[in-house]
Amino acid sequence: MIWDWHFAGKILPDLLRGLVVTVEATLLGYAVALVLGLLWAVLRRSPSRVVNQVVRWVVEFIRSTPLLVQLFFLFFALPSIGLTFSALVTGVIGLGVHYSSYTSEVYRAGIADVPAGQWEATTALNLPRRRVWFGVVLPQAVRKVIPTLGNYLIAMFKDSPLLLAITVPEMLHSAYDVGAKSLRFLEPMTIVGVLFVIVSVLSSLLLRRLEFRYGNN
Amino acid sequence: MATTDPAAEALPPREHADGIRFDGVVKRFGDNVVLRELDFAVAPGERVTLIGPSGSGKTTILRLLMTLEKVDDGVIWVNGHPLSHMKRGERLVPADDKYLHKVRGDIGMVFQQFNLFPNMSVLRNVTEAPVHVLKLSRDEANERARGLLDLVGLADKADAHPAQLSGGQQQRVAIARALAMQPKILLLDEVTSALDPELVAGVLDVLRDIANETDITMLCVTHEMGFARDVSHRVLMFDQGQIVEEGSPEKIFSEPENQRTQDFLHAVLDQH
Amino acid sequence: MSDVLSSYPLLLRGAWVTIQLTVYGSALALVLAFVFGLMGGARSAWVRAVGRVYVEFFRGTATLVLMYWLFYALPLIGFRFAPMFAAVLALGLNVGAYGAEVVRGAVKAVPKAQFEATIALNMRPWQRLRRVLLPQAVALMLPPFGNLLIELMKGSAVVSLISIADLMLRAQQLRQSTGQTTAVFLVILVIYFVIAQVLQLLVRYMERRADIMLGRRPGRAARSALDTLGAAK
Repeated sequence: MIWDWHFAGKILPDLLRGLVVTVEATLLGYAVALVLGLLWAVLRRSPSRVVNQVVRWVVEFIRSTPLLVQLFFLFFALPSIGLTFSALVTGVIGLGVHYSSYTSEVYRAGIADVPAGQWEATTALNLPRRRVWFGVVLPQAVRKVIPTLGNYLIAMFKDSPLLLAITVPEMLHSAYDVGAKSLRFLEPMTIVGVLFVIVSVLSSLLLRRLEFRYGNN
Repeated sequence: MATTDPAAEALPPREHADGIRFDGVVKRFGDNVVLRELDFAVAPGERVTLIGPSGSGKTTILRLLMTLEKVDDGVIWVNGHPLSHMKRGERLVPADDKYLHKVRGDIGMVFQQFNLFPNMSVLRNVTEAPVHVLKLSRDEANERARGLLDLVGLADKADAHPAQLSGGQQQRVAIARALAMQPKILLLDEVTSALDPELVAGVLDVLRDIANETDITMLCVTHEMGFARDVSHRVLMFDQGQIVEEGSPEKIFSEPENQRTQDFLHAVLDQH
Repeated sequence: MSDVLSSYPLLLRGAWVTIQLTVYGSALALVLAFVFGLMGGARSAWVRAVGRVYVEFFRGTATLVLMYWLFYALPLIGFRFAPMFAAVLALGLNVGAYGAEVVRGAVKAVPKAQFEATIALNMRPWQRLRRVLLPQAVALMLPPFGNLLIELMKGSAVVSLISIADLMLRAQQLRQSTGQTTAVFLVILVIYFVIAQVLQLLVRYMERRADIMLGRRPGRAARSALDTLGAAK
């Protein structure tokens, strides 16, 4: 079997539709990861030992178990407790929760980097807790870690093919479908591989420019 | 400090080559000219101290000799061989790795920050290069190293870890490590500047012993004027990449002629 | 739940395959990381470029896509891999690319003064690397390597999608035979978690060894000497 350009051209639109789903799932999952990760990070600073130890181990558990298993767990377990979502939404939740364990570590480092003097100043001014976090600590902490957070967007993009296992019609899923129907796997798999490399290399270049800009400020 | 026989044997034998010569050496870092057309020579066995304000190019001279930096113009000769250049026919071309390896064999260096290898014991620090570069057997290298550690007063620290030693002890190990390669020329780059004041004397005593008992050529950058007066045959005063005055230690320290030398010595001696 | 727990031999067999994949995959990744990572610090621009291309390409590839490609696409042009081989290759190539960046960064992070000391002792380029720079760099590599090891172990779950009977696939089989979905997945999540914790302990142990080698904390000999000192007081 040799490469068939005509066939490759014919299946490209299908694959690009898959790419759109992939990007969608990645961006939505990223939003979940950014918010949930921040929540974990703030709870880790809770004065209650119970809260911060529980959060610590929950995050550790999420981080050290495979995303694929978590996806299956959500896919099958959520309906059994009466929560029924589409495959895509389940996938977005799975990606988001899994990566929140990474982003929480990033935020945590950022928060730890905020000088002690800043905390003392908020105490001296008798600021309410909400203002301490949202007015003083988080703006400084988050700003510093933006480039690092960006890396996880790319990492998530590369983990998104796992969603095919729970029947989300993302790009690799489309490629497999095409392959299974036509019994030609070479073109769809190769195109998907190339598309993945192109998107992630381009976005990491973009990220490096962003990093450079933030680094200069 | 008493010197034992094995230590004396571990040091280089008395034999002369033709020393060091700088011919119109220029060194720039970007727009900053560190050495401008510098000419000077050091005879075999001679001990020369380089003094002068910081930024005057003294350390650069040692780093050029150790081939840690490349000259921008001019030639440095060591024992009759051009350093950083090699002869190809009649022309001088930039040296390659193989040539550098050959010329570096005569030169040893002790650094301001000791630069001991943290991943090796003290003994290993001293034997590593003799074993792998000079191809000595492990036994020979150990014997030489123990002799040298004895010379620097650290025979009992052979199995210790560099991080467990004081700065002064680390620097003495670094001296033993350099001597283990039996260099004809020893470069000492502000070897006591990073030490706490109470540890300086121990290191300088070791160097005095080496100066007294060997005829190793020494080039020494230091702010320890007493030491410079004791061990050196000649003192060179540097300012802005050039030698502004030179002479015997007695002359330079007792009756300096150049205004900048006088100012520099005043400044240094006031500090102490 | 008891149905699930009584099928533990099946799960153990699956866990064993997961461990094998992790060991083989990380062995391959380690070799690739050192080869391409050291190329990244080479003097020749061409050698550096080769290292760069490997890193950029395989960091940009999703493991699952790579594995599908090796498993489904390559046989069509005459290369047929056993599933296990395709899986180890995909995991190793992917994690090796991240590892190569770690190796390059760690060697670069060894203080320049150490490099200068090796020149002053007239060591050859290979000796500088082998005797001085790498032993110190390895200590810097261990923590990020530990993270990559966990990533690889977790990533190995995707091999179930090309029908390798790892822990994940066994869970699927068990789910179908018992119908106890939630319990099955909870149990294997815990198994994965335990494997990850063991791997982490292993890496911590190696980090401690490296610290002792670099004299950052007292070794056993020094410690016992300190103990005797304490006892004498």
